[in-house]
Amino acid sequence: MNLTLRIWRQAGPDAPGSMTTYQVSGISPDMSFLEMLDTLNEELITRGDQPVAFDHDCREGICGACGMVINGQAHGPERTTTCQLHMRHFRDGDTIDVEPWRAAAFPVVKDLVVDRSAFDRIIGSGGYITAPTGSAPEAHATPVPKEAADTAFEHAECIGCGACVAACPNGSAMLFTSAKVVHLNVLPQGAPERAARVRNMVSAMDAEGFGGCTNTGECATACPKGIPLPSIAAMNREFLRAARG
Amino acid sequence: MSYQDYTLGEPIADTKAPAGPIEQRWDQRRFDAKLVNPANRRKHTVIVVGTGLAGGAAGATLAEQGYHVVQFCFQDSPRRAHSIAAQGGINAAKNYRNDGDSIRRLFYDTVKGGDFRARESNVHRLAQVSVEIIDQCVAQGVPFAREYGGLLDTRSFGGVQVSRTFYARGQTGQQLLLGAYQALSRQIAAGNVEIHPRTEMLDLLVVDGRARGIVARDLVTGRITSYTADAVVLATGGYGNVFYLSTNAKNSNATAIWRAHRRGAYFANPCFTQIHPTCIPRSGEHQSKLTLMSESLRNDGRIWVPKAQGDTRPPAQIPEEERDYYLERIYPSFGNLVPRDIASRAAKNVCDEGRGVGPGGQGVYLDFADAIRRMGRDAVEAKYGNLFEMYERITAEDPYQVPMRIYPAIHYTMGGLWVDYDLQTSVPGLFAIGEANFSDHGANRLGASALMQGLADGYFVLPPTINDYLARNPVDAVPADHPVLTEVEAEVEDRLNLILSVDGDRTPDSFHRELGELLWDECGMARDEAGLKRALERIPQLREEFWRRIKVPGTGQELNQSLEKANRLVDYFELAELMCLDALHRAESCGGHFRTESQTPDGEAARRDEEFSYAAAWEFTATGEPPVLHREDLEFEHVHPTQRSYA
Repeated sequence: MNLTLRIWRQAGPDAPGSMTTYQVSGISPDMSFLEMLDTLNEELITRGDQPVAFDHDCREGICGACGMVINGQAHGPERTTTCQLHMRHFRDGDTIDVEPWRAAAFPVVKDLVVDRSAFDRIIGSGGYITAPTGSAPEAHATPVPKEAADTAFEHAECIGCGACVAACPNGSAMLFTSAKVVHLNVLPQGAPERAARVRNMVSAMDAEGFGGCTNTGECATACPKGIPLPSIAAMNREFLRAARG
Repeated sequence: MSYQDYTLGEPIADTKAPAGPIEQRWDQRRFDAKLVNPANRRKHTVIVVGTGLAGGAAGATLAEQGYHVVQFCFQDSPRRAHSIAAQGGINAAKNYRNDGDSIRRLFYDTVKGGDFRARESNVHRLAQVSVEIIDQCVAQGVPFAREYGGLLDTRSFGGVQVSRTFYARGQTGQQLLLGAYQALSRQIAAGNVEIHPRTEMLDLLVVDGRARGIVARDLVTGRITSYTADAVVLATGGYGNVFYLSTNAKNSNATAIWRAHRRGAYFANPCFTQIHPTCIPRSGEHQSKLTLMSESLRNDGRIWVPKAQGDTRPPAQIPEEERDYYLERIYPSFGNLVPRDIASRAAKNVCDEGRGVGPGGQGVYLDFADAIRRMGRDAVEAKYGNLFEMYERITAEDPYQVPMRIYPAIHYTMGGLWVDYDLQTSVPGLFAIGEANFSDHGANRLGASALMQGLADGYFVLPPTINDYLARNPVDAVPADHPVLTEVEAEVEDRLNLILSVDGDRTPDSFHRELGELLWDECGMARDEAGLKRALERIPQLREEFWRRIKVPGTGQELNQSLEKANRLVDYFELAELMCLDALHRAESCGGHFRTESQTPDGEAARRDEEFSYAAAWEFTATGEPPVLHREDLEFEHVHPTQRSYA
């Protein structure tokens, strides 16, 4: 396959950026999107140009490091992570636009790399169960209904990639935050900190400059792990419950 | 400079495991350990490098205890460490199934699975601690799979005949890591852990014979900084990426442990690398990494190849009687659940016979047709859905319709920094935990034991042992202008500048691919003297070529991913050389190390206990110079070494 790429290049956080056009040829349909970018970068390095910087690590869709807006969609046309998007979903001769996540709370570091540390601070504000090492009771002391365990798992699958924020017209982090709130609040182990958790995480989210939710639903459509949209409603219920005391 | 030989140094021994009954050694060690008064702990700083299962658990636990922790990861967030990608599960001797499991059996299975090349005391402690790990993780909210009664579900993994593997669908590593990450995040928010993401350790600071800090590079600004502490913990994972193609994350690397090795930490059993039998075969030259399909699939999938050579019919057209379910045939009692080293070698053998399937004949089938008939598609989907989806995404083949194609790939490294029972390396004050050390898996790791070891080390083993070290070795702060700091910082800067100054014509990846192919051919699934000697000649040539032809654009004062890669390669060349020497000197087969000269008549690994019942701990001398070998003799009081039999 031969492709035309239009890629956002930006030297640093304060430097101006722009779309730059590159041609790549000999792309195999079995390549992942990142392997296609590897091919471009090998050429750029050999020519003495700066390769395109992008975050990536596990390349099997679980670490959440990679993420770019491809033809206007977070992670591109398939519902998966960028590393698991394969070139067979494009056609020979296509022009592909590649941009970083764009959100006020995710400043660009370089090219396609953004700073998502706001997510870590949201988790630090309450996205945990206080269980110091060594203090745990026997695991079978508290049976957890399978339904609750399955709901917890479904929400715990979030990989923190930030596609939900990138896809949202408001740059909201509601889906990310609600996934952790629901995961922990639905479990008996998470009950003691239930109210404080949702209050603290929502304020941390607001303080980081993420937008509000207007029920657009783009977040859940873009989510590579299928975190369900009703998770946001569940968080709002938890928030109201906590506010009533 | 190249070498094919080594000098023999003084033997080395673990002096920290107490004598006495093996069941009581860990209790005794913890009792003997000196304590640090809680009020004094905040005066001690501990550096932890890495935020995977071992590092995340250690950082959180030490901070809970009151120590001041300074922690590093090269990823943009501690949540992304490669432990996140572990799929199948975590072992624990809970015996919830009442199927005859016990601490003693987990200990026995692990020593035997490791082909009698691990230290008994360490392995027994691992089995003891396994039970507490599950309790800890459940308390943190890790959503393990559960039965309808609300109790925890388990499954079986290779090399065992009990069901002791706890899991969270095919994402167990993710869930355990998020548990540790959340505990760590709580400590970061509380100000007890100072976290440095996007920061890579590039050297170790040894002051007056003790590990006192690290030199690290801020990957965004390029700034080189010294960080000092009372002790340093390396939790930086394994070195499988030396092969270029592996199941490791792209940025996992050996620089932290190799730099520590160069500063005096012995490197043990570098040739003990694990080749995982069930990975998706490579699809072409562009391949940047390999993807694992969890070993748990072997609970229900059946592995086969055609009986005839060169049979290119689609699998559905090959009748039952013309299929060879070779693992079930050769190993009837363990069948498809033989240990990884055995399953990998068997796959290589049938492919070498010309019976492999798929492009290039480098694959075997993993077939779920029987399981789907027996359990129904829905049950198979509930158990393995995400793995099937991942397979289909990568290969564009539907594993519900056609069997998966799999082939072995580098997955894990049993070798690593030599540590004693306290997980302390040969440099006082330097500890190594998780995959970064060599301690528990011998020559082959059993499935679902890496997660167990990472969390055991981080949550339960390191905290009391490092406590003892800190209590017994009070130190003064290292002054910021100490000559060691300025010297090591300058060395790090010089190395990076040297790489940038070559301005040659080959990319870092092109060198890495070449090194990886060489290692896979000569130091991969089967090794022999001639091949290892060829590799030992070739690696130094490649290194020399690197310093003439490497091309890295840009500068060191910015985010420069090519520079990161090239700098890691410098260490991979030296590590690769040591791996080949270790494989050459160990003229026996054991576990994942298969020397073709040493096999039984039916092609199984033949150990030579009289000569090689030891861990090989290597001491660095200089680049391209013969290293020094220190042997740690292994004694087996409880599990008598036998030829492993899974037939």
